[in-house]
Amino acid sequence: MNSRVLVVTSGKGGVGKTTTSANLGTALAMMDKKVVLIDTDIGLRNLDVVMGLENRIVFDIVDVVHGNCKLKQALIRDKRFENMCLLPAAQTKEKTAVTPHQMKNLTNELRGEFDFIVVDCPAGIEQGFKNAIAGADSAIVVATPEVSSVRDADRIIGLLEAAGLADSRLIINRIRPKMVKKGDMMDITDIIDILSIELLGVVPEDECIVISTNRGEPAVLGNVSRAGEAYRRIARRILGEEVPLYSLDESSNLMTRFKRMLKLAR
Amino acid sequence: MILLDFFTRLFSKEAAGSKEVARERLRLVLIHDRSVVSPELIAALKEDLIRVIQQYMDIDVESLLVNLENEDDSVALIANIPIKSLKRAVNI
Repeated sequence: MNSRVLVVTSGKGGVGKTTTSANLGTALAMMDKKVVLIDTDIGLRNLDVVMGLENRIVFDIVDVVHGNCKLKQALIRDKRFENMCLLPAAQTKEKTAVTPHQMKNLTNELRGEFDFIVVDCPAGIEQGFKNAIAGADSAIVVATPEVSSVRDADRIIGLLEAAGLADSRLIINRIRPKMVKKGDMMDITDIIDILSIELLGVVPEDECIVISTNRGEPAVLGNVSRAGEAYRRIARRILGEEVPLYSLDESSNLMTRFKRMLKLAR
Repeated sequence: MILLDFFTRLFSKEAAGSKEVARERLRLVLIHDRSVVSPELIAALKEDLIRVIQQYMDIDVESLLVNLENEDDSVALIANIPIKSLKRAVNI
């Protein structure tokens, strides 16, 4: 299988790029894919803490592109999955410490070793964004069902197209089925109509994400999280499987939740 | 507070919920956002326009204006091109 470079981006901050990167990367690794996660948010790194790997950082992405260490030395191997690594961002440098050209070389080098290179993009549309998309084959745009997030997603999709990344797909994150039912939150069709982009998946709002981030264990690792289940489905869709979207009705149904706890429901 | 909310919902026009408002506001703001094109694009368009029109007319290049303008929910390309004189040769 050819390796794929996926950039997870959104424009707006706080919509769940890092959570999405961590969960999709982990879900792909659970399906025996070789995965490397790259944090490109230089100065504000976070993927390391979400993954629970913050104590093992020695070198970072800036060290690699400046030749202070070898690429392999900077990759942190995840203890839960042998086939998953993290390349952390630098915390004390500027975004300009890496150029799009260097990013492209870096991702190309990683293609030889991994099936999936998941690039976690910083918020904004400046250099950090340009770096993150430089080596990408396709983009995953994350948006929440809010006016500000959808507006920024529209801008990002335009910029991705301008950069030659035409086949971007959308993840609608943190949707609240009850609010959608009441007509107080835009639903999937509303957002897809506005953005005219292919839908990759839907992730419900889920308190489990806070808990799993507290612990540094991506939600896909457990069985109780609705968001985790949604991310596992998205990972399967990335692999080309035809998996139905995460059903939002099901998520609010007490019986299904109970069944899932007992591992009876899929 | 909950009761008040209930009654406002019951009697207001927005009984359908606030998502319709969100959708409409997004639609309008995106029309504007998408019409904001880079100055480079406008400059390139201007040059091409000048080149084509100069084949037919003598125009005042200095005071030529090309702009995108928004009107409610549509966008128009407005070009103001002062003509100095028409060329005889191409009066076909």
